[in-house]
Amino acid sequence: MDQKVVFLTILGMAVVTYIPRLLPVYFLSSRSLPPLLVDWLRYVPVAVLAAMLFPSLLVQGDQVVLAPGNIFLWAAFPTLLVAWKTRSLFGSVLVGMALVAAGRYVFGL
Amino acid sequence: MRTTFSIKTHPAKRGWTSGVSLVLPIVLGYVPIGIAFGILAQKAGVSTVNTLLMSLIVYAGSSQLIAVGLFGAGVPPVSIILTTFVVNLRHMLMSAAVAPYLKGWRKVELASFAYELTDETFAVHSGRFVSYGPNKAEAFTINIITQAAWVLGTWLGIVLGGFIRDTKPLALDYALPAMFIALLVMQIKDRVQIAVALLTGTLAVGLLLAGVNQWNVMLATLVGATLGVGIEKWIKKSSS
Repeated sequence: MDQKVVFLTILGMAVVTYIPRLLPVYFLSSRSLPPLLVDWLRYVPVAVLAAMLFPSLLVQGDQVVLAPGNIFLWAAFPTLLVAWKTRSLFGSVLVGMALVAAGRYVFGL
Repeated sequence: MRTTFSIKTHPAKRGWTSGVSLVLPIVLGYVPIGIAFGILAQKAGVSTVNTLLMSLIVYAGSSQLIAVGLFGAGVPPVSIILTTFVVNLRHMLMSAAVAPYLKGWRKVELASFAYELTDETFAVHSGRFVSYGPNKAEAFTINIITQAAWVLGTWLGIVLGGFIRDTKPLALDYALPAMFIALLVMQIKDRVQIAVALLTGTLAVGLLLAGVNQWNVMLATLVGATLGVGIEKWIKKSSS
């Protein structure tokens, strides 16, 4: 892999990541937003997280896989329970990874 | 992220010490995920310097984990940057949400605060701002320690990666989905948000299967958040 290309890609990633973080704080910190926009903004974090999560659990290749062999999907339920009960990022990630590791070890998935 | 233990610091006693105590749960989450990222980046063939650089200047865990997967798969740089943009666009909304509390901050303070705004620091900051108002020393302590933990985790991962031949038994590829699950659960505060999560997630899957590869997350998010506002208005209307 050409590390110069990787470096330039990372620079590009840094720019497109920083601008959305910066602009609202920079330009909106001295004015108030329309209430409808505030309502809408409230749903975005939930929406974007679900939009990234569901495909990673359900889609393998180009189809939805619900079979028991899809360890990512089945490990999600206990992970969800741990996250809900403990509200700990650390605990949830650890339990999730342990379940997938155990599933792979026991069932050879 | 809601902290696993609650600290009721009197507003007068806020500063770097309250920042340190608030940051612990985030550090516990960031170090292991940083390790996973460091290992996967090494395995994908990203150099040590570039891997550390990513944690220093991009500093957005989900997109970094996605990016090393794409690097490993030989995806063109433009697609990687575009994916990063879409995945991290959610920070814009978090930035907009905390903006009203930062009146009177100097431009350089706003710029450095925004640089280290992540899902987790946003959750802590917004909780503190709503309850007590902003405190610069506390806010910057939280941000700096959090990124230090992320970079430290990355470095540990790079070091450990040299000793690990096959990462599949470690289930490092589940760090990201598990993180999304935890962040999602912590964001959900009412039933409309649960409906929004289910609808948006399903839509993202549908769009992906229909061949909308990179924009499925963005499109589903726009539709999902709009549906959320619609459902909220509809409930208010029918109950009044």
